[in-house]
Amino acid sequence: MAEHQDARIPTVIADDLHIVYRVNGAKTGKGSATAALSRILKRGSDDAARGVRKVHAVRGVSFVAYRGEAIGLIGSNGSGKSTLLRAIAGLLPAEQGKVYTDGQPSLLGVNAALMNDLTGERNVILGGLAMGMSREEIKERYQDIVDFSGINEKGDFITLPMRTYSSGMAARLRFSIAAAKDHDVLMIDEALATGDRKFQKRSEDRIRELRKEAGTVFLVSHNNKSIRDTCNRVLWLERGELRMDGPTDEVLKEYEKFTGK
Amino acid sequence: MSETTHDAPVAVSAPAAPDEGLTARELAEKHGLSVSGARPSLIEYVRQLWGRRHFILAFSQAKLTAQYSQAKLGQLWQVATPLLNAAVYFFIFGLLLEADRGMSRDVYIPFLVTGVFVFTFTQSSVMAGVRAISGNLGLVRALHFPRAALPVSFALQQLQQLLFSMIVLFAVAIGFGHYPDLSWVLIVPVLVLQFCFNTGLALIMARAGAKTPDLAQLMPFVMRTWMYASGVMFSIPIFLADKPAWIANVLQWNPAAIYMDLMRFALIDDYGSQYLPDHVWAVAGGWAVLFAVGGFVYFWKAEERYGRG
Repeated sequence: MAEHQDARIPTVIADDLHIVYRVNGAKTGKGSATAALSRILKRGSDDAARGVRKVHAVRGVSFVAYRGEAIGLIGSNGSGKSTLLRAIAGLLPAEQGKVYTDGQPSLLGVNAALMNDLTGERNVILGGLAMGMSREEIKERYQDIVDFSGINEKGDFITLPMRTYSSGMAARLRFSIAAAKDHDVLMIDEALATGDRKFQKRSEDRIRELRKEAGTVFLVSHNNKSIRDTCNRVLWLERGELRMDGPTDEVLKEYEKFTGK
Repeated sequence: MSETTHDAPVAVSAPAAPDEGLTARELAEKHGLSVSGARPSLIEYVRQLWGRRHFILAFSQAKLTAQYSQAKLGQLWQVATPLLNAAVYFFIFGLLLEADRGMSRDVYIPFLVTGVFVFTFTQSSVMAGVRAISGNLGLVRALHFPRAALPVSFALQQLQQLLFSMIVLFAVAIGFGHYPDLSWVLIVPVLVLQFCFNTGLALIMARAGAKTPDLAQLMPFVMRTWMYASGVMFSIPIFLADKPAWIANVLQWNPAAIYMDLMRFALIDDYGSQYLPDHVWAVAGGWAVLFAVGGFVYFWKAEERYGRG
């Protein structure tokens, strides 16, 4: 990181960030109508009394990310990694604390905008528009997206509805659409684990390319190898708290000790 | 394993010297960073929404197509569904209950079908609005776009659905001897005004539904009450002739009744202005502007809060 020493420009600053999910009617696990009614009658302004359960997913995380960094996020399942990414992207409102960003960070995830009942072709367009690309940009990149996904290698599948795709094919198309856009701050949530070996290699190359174009890359992964290959800094989250923050090798060494590998 | 507290992570890499000692806020200001997920100004918000117009249109069309993509008859259902709907209402209210008091059959059937279609437009916009945010949390939590795009898109989907229904409606009107004439041009402004009204209502319902998803269970009953009070299958002035005049006036000035009556006035030759309340165009425009502007501002006010679990 020494070469960035004189020109370290922050791109993302998280300041004592807390994220809380609220789940309705999950307090005691009693789903009966009478239980729900008594919860409403108990009322009061207190969330807990009304049976709203709070899940404190991120607890006071602070860090500063700089331009040119590739930051890996590690931690066991449910430690708040994905939640933290969404909060940085401004998609989940913070309960407390703030995230400051340079430009608009984007999450590499377009799955939610796609519809299984539509053809792959229409999904490419819909997904591109959902990510904020213009119609011209999509038209320009359409062929690249289809070629990259390799959907048409086994026949004309792009004109079939997505529900007819195998899970691997659908995942490849989703990744291809998501990776088609250039980003300032890019966040990738376990995207590398899709597709067969050949496609995985192709996606890793694409991610390295995206990293070059993007100011800062965040990568959530359970694959220590892919973190080691792509990241120069690692944030280790455990139970929503930042447990460790530092160069990849040092944090991964501690993490592997912790997980007993 | 012992847990470290949040303010003391093991900092292996020392932060850069020049920015040392600055608080997060000062550092952000120094480098021109902005708060992530903050609500943009109203003008900026309108600009962002306009920038997403292609997405809004594509999303509404996609939703519309996806609806019937598994059916054998496919997109034919776009027209068949409203046709069947009209047939059911005609069977119940026209044949069994004879609600066509004071109207000839040639007027009553187009009257009924117009009412059903126009009201369904508002009704389904409201229902889609309630679920616009709460039913699309995955999308809201994954991608960045002005959230108003969702309710607007759903209202637009219902407008396209109505345009399919209009084909049936035209066929019914012509079938009962009401041929296209100059007054049919009025259909366009009526649709525009009702669409503005519906969009505003969908925006309001979207914010309410995002906070209280239970509304999705409650709204069908509210909508049904509204439907029976708006004279979908009977003429308000004729049915309430022996009641005090203000009741009929209030019911006739409610937005659903206004848009239905205007559409009937445009389509049906014998449905003249004596059936319309006073100042009908002013009221129709007033409802549209009030709800479109009010609903948009109301929705925008909570922009940064959508998507919270």
